Amino acid sequence: MTQIMIIILTFVLTNNCILSQFLGICPFLGVSKKLDSAVGMGAAVTFVMLLATAVTWPIQKFILEPYNIGYLQTVVYILVIASLVQLVEMTLKKYMPPLYKSLGVFLPLITTNCAVLGVAISVIDNGYNYGESIVCAIGTGIGFLLAMVLFAGLREKLEDCKGIPECFKGIPITLVTAAILSMSFMAFSGVVDGIFG
Amino acid sequence: MGTVVLPAIIVAVIGLIAGIILTIASKLMFVPVDEKVAAIREVLPGANCGACGFAGCDDYAAAFADDPDMSTTLCPVGGSTCATQIAGILGVEAGDVEEKVAMVMCNGNYGVTKQIMEASRIHTCKAAKQFYGGMWACPHGCLALGDCVRQCNYDAIRIENGVAKIDRIKCVGCGACTKVCPNNIISMVNIKNLVFVACKSVAKGAVTRKICENGCIGCGKCQKACKFDAIKVNNNVAEIDLAACKNCGLCVKECPTGAIIKRTKLPKQA
Repeated sequence: MTQIMIIILTFVLTNNCILSQFLGICPFLGVSKKLDSAVGMGAAVTFVMLLATAVTWPIQKFILEPYNIGYLQTVVYILVIASLVQLVEMTLKKYMPPLYKSLGVFLPLITTNCAVLGVAISVIDNGYNYGESIVCAIGTGIGFLLAMVLFAGLREKLEDCKGIPECFKGIPITLVTAAILSMSFMAFSGVVDGIFG
Repeated sequence: MGTVVLPAIIVAVIGLIAGIILTIASKLMFVPVDEKVAAIREVLPGANCGACGFAGCDDYAAAFADDPDMSTTLCPVGGSTCATQIAGILGVEAGDVEEKVAMVMCNGNYGVTKQIMEASRIHTCKAAKQFYGGMWACPHGCLALGDCVRQCNYDAIRIENGVAKIDRIKCVGCGACTKVCPNNIISMVNIKNLVFVACKSVAKGAVTRKICENGCIGCGKCQKACKFDAIKVNNNVAEIDLAACKNCGLCVKECPTGAIIKRTKLPKQA
């Protein structure tokens, strides 16, 4: 139980995939203009991370490692994750139209997102077992969602703020905001060790 | 040789399996796209304003696939022409589109009310509203910083003398401005309606009188004057039942403050 708590807290706060590991910056900057689309994107990424980890972990353990071809990890993972997301998208379209409406538009965007690939690889590097890997994927997803929601809230405020100098408008001020937000997450470093260590 | 061939075969097999599964899935889970939907999408104006209640023109067109009996008259931008065309595609009777136009329910211009604070660094109504309710004496009126002007795709709104004015000829009735106004003073009304209470101040009559000469003080004279029982004072502000109003203008003459205004009829709606 403690191990699970440690994994979740680590990947939500201290090792937040966007703000500390700098994975998944593309949707972080692209889909964070409005709060509701940021929430949709975060939920879709969490979902795909969970599925991707659930599928790639057995592939690593039962195909790649026995044949000693771990160096093909990235290629195989991208192949599997991309087709998996396609499959999920089709399934949702057919059987769960409401869910497809809320998540569907984001799914093609994250087929080969680096945060999704990143969590699939990092669970292997960290030597987690299957259960821990699933928990880690969920934790990373929640961390992604958290960062998206916080950033979308900040950006909505920025939209109303007209005091921004002309040369900073648009992307520059967004990047500055992202930097300050990720600095604030540095404060969490050591928190998990402090609680459980 | 074996170090190259075996990995290549494994990757190829994984790819092949994924490909086969996807092919089967795309056959099994094929969702037919209605060709009528594409045709309807063609006749819609493509403004994506959302006035129909759907997320955009694409969404409105797609909704016909699920429910062919849905009203064809929801698009105020396309108007009757568009409704007839959609009905033609679906093979049903077209109804009449209720043509709508935006109306600013505030007449607090610089002549009758004033700003009570200086806020030169605030440039949007939304920001002003968050800052102690804005810089005007009346917290319910037009903030005059033009959020609606920027929202309008049809150049139909301008700020004139401290209050937003709608160009009733240019307005297509999409309702985009009603959603951005932080004080909710813009309403969508039927184009046939001409008489409005241009005030949303729910403050007590004495308070309203002090801060704005054009404000509704809730005296109830209009309510007595109306022969059609179409006007009611509720929560210190008069409200016209637009369906019952006959545009006679008796209340306009009766109003002691000038809160009720009558718009002139448009020459001819294009």
